[in-house]
Amino acid sequence: MQGPTYAAPRPDAILLDFEGERQDIAVYETAGGYAMARSQAGRPFEEIVQELKDSGLRGRGGAGFPTGLKVSFIGKGSRYLVVNADESEPGTFKDRELMLRNPHALVEGCVILCNAIGAGAAYIYIRGEYATEALVLDAAVAQARQRGYVGATLPGAPGAVEVYVHRGAGAYICGEETALLSSLNGERGQPTAKPPFPAVSGAWASPTLLNNVETVATVPFILAMGCKTYSELRTEQTTGTRLMSLSGNVARPGNYELPVTATFGDLIDGCGGGVPAGRSLKCFIPGGSSAPILMPDQLDVQIAVETCAAAGTMAGSGAVIVIDDRTCMVQLALRVADFYRHESCGKCTPCREGTRWMVELLKKVESGQAQRAEIDLLLELCDRMEGKCLCPLGDACAMPVRSYLQHFRAEFDAHVEQGGCPGGAASPFGALYPELKRSLPLVPA
Amino acid sequence: MAIDTLYQEIQTEIAKYPDRRSAILAALRLAQTKYRWLSPEAFEEVARCIDLPVAQCQAVASFYDMYFLAPVGRHVVEVCTNVSCCLVGAPDVVAAFERELGCALGETSTDGAVTLRAVECLGGCGWAPVVSVDHRYLEHFQPGDAAQVVADLRAAPAEEH
Ligand SMILES: Cc1cc2nc3c(=O)[nH]c(=O)nc-3n(C[C@H](O)[C@H](O)[C@H](O)COP(=O)(O)O)c2cc1C
Ligand code: FES
Repeated sequence: MQGPTYAAPRPDAILLDFEGERQDIAVYETAGGYAMARSQAGRPFEEIVQELKDSGLRGRGGAGFPTGLKVSFIGKGSRYLVVNADESEPGTFKDRELMLRNPHALVEGCVILCNAIGAGAAYIYIRGEYATEALVLDAAVAQARQRGYVGATLPGAPGAVEVYVHRGAGAYICGEETALLSSLNGERGQPTAKPPFPAVSGAWASPTLLNNVETVATVPFILAMGCKTYSELRTEQTTGTRLMSLSGNVARPGNYELPVTATFGDLIDGCGGGVPAGRSLKCFIPGGSSAPILMPDQLDVQIAVETCAAAGTMAGSGAVIVIDDRTCMVQLALRVADFYRHESCGKCTPCREGTRWMVELLKKVESGQAQRAEIDLLLELCDRMEGKCLCPLGDACAMPVRSYLQHFRAEFDAHVEQGGCPGGAASPFGALYPELKRSLPLVPA
Repeated sequence: MAIDTLYQEIQTEIAKYPDRRSAILAALRLAQTKYRWLSPEAFEEVARCIDLPVAQCQAVASFYDMYFLAPVGRHVVEVCTNVSCCLVGAPDVVAAFERELGCALGETSTDGAVTLRAVECLGGCGWAPVVSVDHRYLEHFQPGDAAQVVADLRAAPAEEH
């Protein structure tokens, strides 16, 4: 039992190019921190937008949307910056390490972006479970206030900037931007239809810029080194470095900051030391549990947005889960689908009903009670969910299950033929299923 | 006196936002810290402090996983059972806690000391298995660690959670 263990900094690292934690503002300033908050405070909006566009920065929250373009969309009126620190996509733990180790990079990013768009306040929506991290951010903001970056008008800036830490209360869907805004506005955290986009009507119905922690924390570094230098590290359509969360059956799990030109092999084998001795790689999840899996012969795929898309999957949140030969794919499908069932907000029908039926069918397959036709029914269910839900949570349930069926259909069929799991309780999930007792939320009996 | 403290804390939260509704998550969290769970009386008090209907407070609370709508033990142990943690032994951690506490997931030990639950990914997957005790994370958790944690919790007074 010990706390988080941080990997040594990588050669190309930008965000985490040091050992340990840098929570003290004096240490951050000595390393050049807050220089951009000062020097860019009076820079015109158009110039910052152009700088971000030329840097090629794409959002690190999951969708990979070009950041400069998003900033340029911001509507007129009283504006807000909202930072997405909900980090709940299974396998993802990079924003947490970033906030613990370099909280001032995030606070500085907030100050810069607020001044650029003329927003008076930034709200960092952090998942409720990150209680320690919320306190670290609170302390960082307090230090920044003492030094005059927060709560005071920097020379040339349009006004004073406030930074607030807003704690969530446990709901994966609140990572989806419109659900996050519903939650921030004091409602149940349910998504809303777009348009209106947050850039027009977001927090308190005002124009809102909403970005992931890593995206915002990268902004000071881009401005410091210049967009040209930043964008030199690039594939065709993605630039810079990414924090990759590596977990599962791998010798050295952890967060590794890699250039987007790196391959999954560089991460899994190079940084992570591959699967444990004596095991073999079965497949890997490349971008959080909602991403379709990749196979061992796809280790040479680059981690960039467009290279993942070309391989039929998504770069997502940068969470790579390594799966070795011990895992039963039906049990994995059941575990993943049951997560999305539990997190479905219940607002739209295809997601609410689809995730439930997905779990019911997978339970039948897992316990050996399904007919062969019901495996085809699983695929039909995927068809009925993908692209048909109010927000992408339904897709997040269907896409991975479809990919498991595509690559491991024989394993599903074997459950039907042999009346149960051929691997049995030997699989890592075996001890939990089929009778995993749900205990969330605690409601009166 | 105690009621005034919660009222004041909630007013401090309300001041952070253009609309007091946005303080509802904080208000519920503060009430839960005070009362350990959100009883009907706690909801009444939150509604009064934040000046919103009780129904609105309950509707919001029931959406999220971290609010307790039923009484819980003096401490809460949450074991992550999502993919990455399961791949490196979370089911054995669950079994160890069930054995030490003499209760199943979703239940409270008979001495009222600990409520045990399974939770989804806690954001510590590379340092798995992950357990959260009264919202303090314990990473790299091994089944053999459960006995000591339970003994400590049985001896400790109630913690904020
Ligand atoms: C179901 C769902 C969950 C999401 N969870 C997160 C999350 O935890 N953190 C995050 O930054 N983005 C998450 N996103 C993506 C956000 O909707 C949004 O695209 C992102 O925060 C924008 O920031 P970026 O442009 O900097 O990436 C999620 C999206 C969906 C559909
Ligand atoms: S899977 Fe357990 S912390 Fe992410």
